[in-house]
Amino acid sequence: MPKVIIDGFEIEVPAGTTILNAARQIGGDLVPPAMCYYSKLKDSGGKCRTCLVKVTKGSNTDPRPMPKLVASCRTVVADGMEVANITSPEVLDARKGVVEFLLINHPLDCPVCDQAGECDLQDLAFEHGSPKTRYEFERRTFEPIDIGDKIKLHMNRCIMCFRCVFLADQLTPERLHGIMNRGDHAEISTYIEKAVDNDFSGNMIDVCPVGALTDRTFRFTSRVWFTNPVLAHRQCNTCCGKTILWMKGDEVLRVSARTTFYGEVEEFICNTCRFEKKNAADWIMEGPADISRHSVIAQNHSHTMQVLKNGVPQYDDSQKPTPKVKSEIE
Amino acid sequence: MRLTNRYKVVSDKKMTFAEKLYLPAIATGLGITIRHFFKQKVTISYPEVKREYAPVFRGRHVLKRDENGAERCTACGLCALACPAEAITMLAAERKRGEEQLYREEKYAEKYEINMLRCIFCGLCEEACPKEAIFLTDTHVTAEFHRDDFIYGKKQLVEPVDNRIDVSKRGKPSGRL
Repeated sequence: MPKVIIDGFEIEVPAGTTILNAARQIGGDLVPPAMCYYSKLKDSGGKCRTCLVKVTKGSNTDPRPMPKLVASCRTVVADGMEVANITSPEVLDARKGVVEFLLINHPLDCPVCDQAGECDLQDLAFEHGSPKTRYEFERRTFEPIDIGDKIKLHMNRCIMCFRCVFLADQLTPERLHGIMNRGDHAEISTYIEKAVDNDFSGNMIDVCPVGALTDRTFRFTSRVWFTNPVLAHRQCNTCCGKTILWMKGDEVLRVSARTTFYGEVEEFICNTCRFEKKNAADWIMEGPADISRHSVIAQNHSHTMQVLKNGVPQYDDSQKPTPKVKSEIE
Repeated sequence: MRLTNRYKVVSDKKMTFAEKLYLPAIATGLGITIRHFFKQKVTISYPEVKREYAPVFRGRHVLKRDENGAERCTACGLCALACPAEAITMLAAERKRGEEQLYREEKYAEKYEINMLRCIFCGLCEEACPKEAIFLTDTHVTAEFHRDDFIYGKKQLVEPVDNRIDVSKRGKPSGRL
């Protein structure tokens, strides 16, 4: 099994593992952020360039460094490979540039967007971007489109990660949407606003890293940080039925699939669970969902309150790998 | 443990004859009183004379409109999130076609309520607002007979189109880019 050193941490991974996945096995700050790569979707990745890393040593047989920064989600590890992510100023600088490019056409409408508070691009820009834009030209704009009666497409916010296209390709028997045009004119489209009405089409809301695809049944009802995420399940014939309910009081405002630490869906859920079952009585509640203490969603303290009710004040960070502080690595 | 150096030991010793007369003490006391006649007054006659408010004074809130008269607030909820007293609640709604003159953004606050009894006038809502919609003015929250009347809705908060409230003196809250 090849051994790879990432930011000074050595790990042995099966052959064929990408640098990104090897870094995720180490965990902590050295994991490159990813906007387009999605471990559940085959062939995803390589589009957004946020996961760029520097390979300082190719392998034991060929120790030359790679000439350019490489996308870690697409580069497979080799034995003896040495990778620099946050220890390389070049990588951090490149990432800042990538964030700036991603934000060129992305509108600053976080106050309006339903994704705000759980948006990958928001987190990425906060951590790696610059506070001001240098872009002076007109941003490309589109009118929001309804694809079906349950999903809203805001093409303005799309960053062309292709996740929803891969999802439609791999999860559903027939693909109803894709990318039209090319380059700067590229856009997600259903071809003459055809409705996407597959049983699993709602999952494209969950895989979308930004607010381009949002739930119309949840549209503008509440900001995510005013809702309480609750783990729940129900007997469902089409999917696993395991979900997170986003509740306000006894009202179920939104249903979404459960996600892993890296924001990837654990198991895809069907549209019946997602859009139709908005009664608390439809669900068997398991308890509060784990939200990172650093997330704005944790501001409503629902998790803490629930835990305190049970008498044991604790934060369950078991899913989260031990964080490595930047100074520790340097 | 001694808390201060300005302490005095109290004694109940017998007073002398001069002290028993109280006359010197009365004279000293009168002296202090008379001295204040010639000092500048610290009070003002309120309704006729009014003190100027500091520019940082934080009174009741106003929800501003933009230069075209459309409401600036987009119900993003950041003021409610920043509010330490949890005094702000809101309900968002989607702007319909033809309402562009009324609301500036795609989403607007259908209901916006501030409980003035809970509000501590800290101004964090003003600082959190990304749309420069909410400001604290130099007017007061007036007394009411019923507690319900202290829950200010959009009717009380949104500035009238024909009677704009000037907040230019307040400037931008610190810390904004």
